[in-house]
Amino acid sequence: MISSFVFRALDRRARGVIAILLAVALLVPLANLGLPSDHPLHVPNYTVGLVGKYLTYALLALALDLVWGYCGILSLGHGAFFALGGYAMGMYLMRQIGSRGVYGDPVLPDFMVFLNWQELPWFWLGFDQFWFAAIMILAVPGLLAFAFGWFAFRSRVTGVYLSIITQAMTYALLLAFFRNEMGFGGNNGLTDFKDILGANIQADTTRAALFSASAIALALAFLICSGIVRSKFGMVLVAVRDAESRSRFFGYRVENVKLFVFVVSAMMAGVAGALYVPQVGIINPGEFAPANSIEIVIWTAVGGRGTLVGPIIGAVLVNAGKSVFTAAFPEFWLFALGALFVAVTLFLPKGIVGAWSAATARLKRQKAKPPVDAAASPEAAE
Amino acid sequence: MTVAAQGSLLYLDAVSVAFDGFKAINKLSLVLEPGEMRAIIGPNGAGKTTMMDIVTGKTRPDSGDVLFDGAIDLTRHDETTIAELGIGRKFQKPTVFESHTVQHNLELALNRPRDVFSTLFHRTTDEDQRQIDEILDTIRLTHRREEYAANLSHGQKQWLEIGMLIAQEPKLLLVDEPVAGMTDAETEETARLLRDIAKTRSVVVVEHDMGFIRELDVKVTVLAEGSVLAEGSLDHVSADENVIENYLGR
Repeated sequence: MISSFVFRALDRRARGVIAILLAVALLVPLANLGLPSDHPLHVPNYTVGLVGKYLTYALLALALDLVWGYCGILSLGHGAFFALGGYAMGMYLMRQIGSRGVYGDPVLPDFMVFLNWQELPWFWLGFDQFWFAAIMILAVPGLLAFAFGWFAFRSRVTGVYLSIITQAMTYALLLAFFRNEMGFGGNNGLTDFKDILGANIQADTTRAALFSASAIALALAFLICSGIVRSKFGMVLVAVRDAESRSRFFGYRVENVKLFVFVVSAMMAGVAGALYVPQVGIINPGEFAPANSIEIVIWTAVGGRGTLVGPIIGAVLVNAGKSVFTAAFPEFWLFALGALFVAVTLFLPKGIVGAWSAATARLKRQKAKPPVDAAASPEAAE
Repeated sequence: MTVAAQGSLLYLDAVSVAFDGFKAINKLSLVLEPGEMRAIIGPNGAGKTTMMDIVTGKTRPDSGDVLFDGAIDLTRHDETTIAELGIGRKFQKPTVFESHTVQHNLELALNRPRDVFSTLFHRTTDEDQRQIDEILDTIRLTHRREEYAANLSHGQKQWLEIGMLIAQEPKLLLVDEPVAGMTDAETEETARLLRDIAKTRSVVVVEHDMGFIRELDVKVTVLAEGSVLAEGSLDHVSADENVIENYLGR
């Protein structure tokens, strides 16, 4: 059963993508650590950190694409799941600091000492153990998605209304996490991390390992997504996207379909956040900002929603562009991002990958026989 | 209430539903026997589509009984459960899954476990394929099986949707205006197809096209203003004073 799922997931294209990701996971750290810094193939630390971050963004975009591109759920709150995964990792990292904090308290993180708290709040218990944090990285975003989806999908909230309430969800969390009394460090968030799994978080080897972990996590998520969309369930997802009530009248329980895929996607976003935090060294409520969630949508749209490679390409390209652009013309980045989104929506409705496959399909047809009407799938609105 | 419903496949008694004060269905009563095929006609706004909405769980009636198989109260279930109980529905506007191929459309409709985990680990079996091939043959789309449904003609989409309903293996089929926009030849073919389907299950057809109704040659129910105006053979209802006044005469 599981083996047939994996077998189906590994079609030719997916095998290629996964092989590339695994090669990146292996070769980039090798080129970073193993080659002398004057070697032409040496990858500098700065690049490892930057691309590692992009890989977590790519995982986040892939998670969004699973619900948006395949099931038509335009979530404008996926940043919340990312941030929650990040906070779960951040709490683990905070508790690894131990007595090395500014105030030297063996148990309490600095911000709690500063707030005059006498003991650890109950929800911080267990986070000194990595296995517990790892479970929470999946469970917290998953449970929030489950609770949210349970009510939203059961009451048949769809389209723009659903987008608005996902946006409200992340905004509400933003406000909540800003409060010092919440116990998550208020607007400073969690930072000054020292160790992860006993290794110095600043060490080159640790950073290279985190890079590898991000690439491997992305490969694994790609495998899972590929298995999902290539199964009969994946066909149901697209059916729900294109004709929701038709699938209901065929006996599909649409709310369960959406709930399942939403929870899986939220967990992936949580993992992305958890890998992001140790690489950037901080998590604060800013990650819940609605604008962040909208950016994820742009990455996915640019790369090509409804394809699995698209969001990965989109996330890496847009963020690489952002890194270059914000260094060169910092004040113009937001305008450039807005223009990019408008341009993609108008001229590349299926993103880079969609345009690429349309172009190759056209070439193939021209070679084979006189042109016929495009076979591209239409945007059937529900 | 259930005594009268015994032995019937579909039983509607004194069903009423109002939208913002407008009585779309007004004390409608209708009984369908197992294996029966019924045509429902009536002017626009007579409540034909609303009646289908009630039977399939899309609309809840304000009052009245809606029973399936003599005992199951349909007003307590939603679309999905009602579909699983064995009621299939064809929409007025042909609705198929446009970004799937013809073959995949039928595979999705097949009467198989439809929950998340069954579909996630489902493998297309020889039996699935055999059934799909058979239906493709029936609806004459074998040559277009790999085509995206979006690229089918209007008539072909209608047929694909009917094929999907066959794949669903319902006990009762509700068909809303199946020949709207079809050519005469297609209409004739559709009548043949529906008569074929009616050999093994009950069918309710809502139609405007009188020629098509004549072709079906079944008992006719005339609806007007949300209730039954007349019932009987087409000749019988065509001769009815009320029907002529309310529907045919206009």
